[in-house]
Amino acid sequence: MKLMHFRLKNVQKEKIAGYGFLSPNLIGFIIFSLIPIIASIFLTFSRWNLASSPEFVGLQNFSNLLKDELFWRYLWNTFYYAIGTIPLTVILAFFLAYLLNRKIRGVVFFRTLYFLPSVTLLVAIAIVWSWLYNADFGLFNFFLGKLGITGPRWLQSKTWAMPAIIIMGIWKGVGYSMLIFLAGLQTIPEQYYEAAEIDGANWWHRIIHITIPLISPTTFFVIVTTTIGSIQGFDQFYIMTRGGPSGATTTLVYYIFQNAFEWFKMGYAATVAMMLFVIVLALTLLQWRLSNKWVFDMGVN
Amino acid sequence: MLKKSTSKRLVDYLSYILLILTGIVVILPFVWMILSSFKTAGEIWTFPPVFMPKKFQWSNYVEAWKALPFDRFFINSLLVTIFVTVGQLFTCSLGGYAFARLRFPGKDKLFLMYLATMMIPFPVLMIPLFIIMQSFGWIDTLKSIIVPGLFSAWGTFLMRQFMMGIPRTLEDAAKIDGCSYWRLYWKIIVPLCKPVFATLGIFTFMGTWNQFFWPLIMINTISNKTLPLGLVMFQTRIAAETPWHLIMAASCATVLPIIILFIIGQKYYVKGIVTSGLKG
Repeated sequence: MKLMHFRLKNVQKEKIAGYGFLSPNLIGFIIFSLIPIIASIFLTFSRWNLASSPEFVGLQNFSNLLKDELFWRYLWNTFYYAIGTIPLTVILAFFLAYLLNRKIRGVVFFRTLYFLPSVTLLVAIAIVWSWLYNADFGLFNFFLGKLGITGPRWLQSKTWAMPAIIIMGIWKGVGYSMLIFLAGLQTIPEQYYEAAEIDGANWWHRIIHITIPLISPTTFFVIVTTTIGSIQGFDQFYIMTRGGPSGATTTLVYYIFQNAFEWFKMGYAATVAMMLFVIVLALTLLQWRLSNKWVFDMGVN
Repeated sequence: MLKKSTSKRLVDYLSYILLILTGIVVILPFVWMILSSFKTAGEIWTFPPVFMPKKFQWSNYVEAWKALPFDRFFINSLLVTIFVTVGQLFTCSLGGYAFARLRFPGKDKLFLMYLATMMIPFPVLMIPLFIIMQSFGWIDTLKSIIVPGLFSAWGTFLMRQFMMGIPRTLEDAAKIDGCSYWRLYWKIIVPLCKPVFATLGIFTFMGTWNQFFWPLIMINTISNKTLPLGLVMFQTRIAAETPWHLIMAASCATVLPIIILFIIGQKYYVKGIVTSGLKG
């Protein structure tokens, strides 16, 4: 009896402690995550310029969105940036990680070096690269000139502004993906390589038949996370081009920013944001499904 | 140890060549930034570009610092970053402890909600957040950047994952001795969690120091701006001819603390990326 009473009291105590410990966190979570999420769903059904009170408009925002040419154009720009950045980032990151995984000296040095762009604030990087891309005095056109090529006007050019930001994106993003690959590579058991070597497989065979298949869950993870990251980019577009010239580098996030904080179309901005969320959600679900499959495969092995 | 064969050594050399070449490409923009920060305006505006400044213009740093209230920006950035980092370590470790160790109704559902919010893009939250800040009357104050940063679902998740890995034996013994939960947390869990504190601390510090989007929306008054906002102001404010040498000086000064912190704490930083990366 006494023990029972003791237990009950303890359970009660633990509950109180549980909520107590969680509460500072939970309050923040509710005010700054949960309420905004719910509110933004409501906003998508409203028209609101902050000055007057919000007005319920039903699905008006969504039907406007479908007809909004700018939205489709900027959606394309968003994917253009992602598609431009990701393949090269992933391939470069994989090879760098592969090179670093060969137990050679100076691994930590190189790893740190390649990772520097990822930790440096994007604002400073974007500013420095704007200067590198300067059409008349920049380093890029100087090097291109050495090769006998007249460089484009980079950030002022409708054609070249996006590729310019993509190149910078690759430069900045490689380090992060490389780190993930490096961790993935280290999980591949050494014996596989040794066995293959005994069977006479050369390094190319080993990459194709051991490394790439075994690293594929990591590769997939890197692709999905970098995609999710790159479609949410803002800083570089704001600093380098302000979405220009004439919308050539306006992405969805930039468009949301313009709608909300330049034109005060809160409801419409929230609707575009919701589209962004749908894309991210789809990518995340895809990631989960495939990573579950991966866990299963590992279990069988 | 077997001696490396010649072919293996050849591959090693080849690897080094590739690694070094990549290294040069990676470092070049940084070198250019540093060199430009020491040039005169004349050396900036020449083509073909001059690589080495004739004389290192240390005065650029003083001049940049004075051109805009950079001391103010620096203090603001430091204030925001310290408050957010300390606050997040506190709330996330408490929350992580609750999720990892304590039983209370609704725990699993709450945890799932935390996980779910981690994938919601910031642009979805920012419009309602703006409205919330407006209703608090916090627009254009540092509070608007600090307070929402005091908690993090990701940080809570990271803490919980780490704490789940700590064996319960020590706590069980202390519990029998009638130790309170607070003492368990403070005397046993926190000391064992130093590595994850370091990881989350470094991540939060860097993330907050580098933060641009939200402060851009919130802050208008010059005296409330943080360093990244100040840098951008530099780029846009001074109209006629952009003073690139001064901007580079200011950028160097802003980037330096972060790079030093990264080099010191990289072990923990890398760990954070890898754990959240491979398990997340």
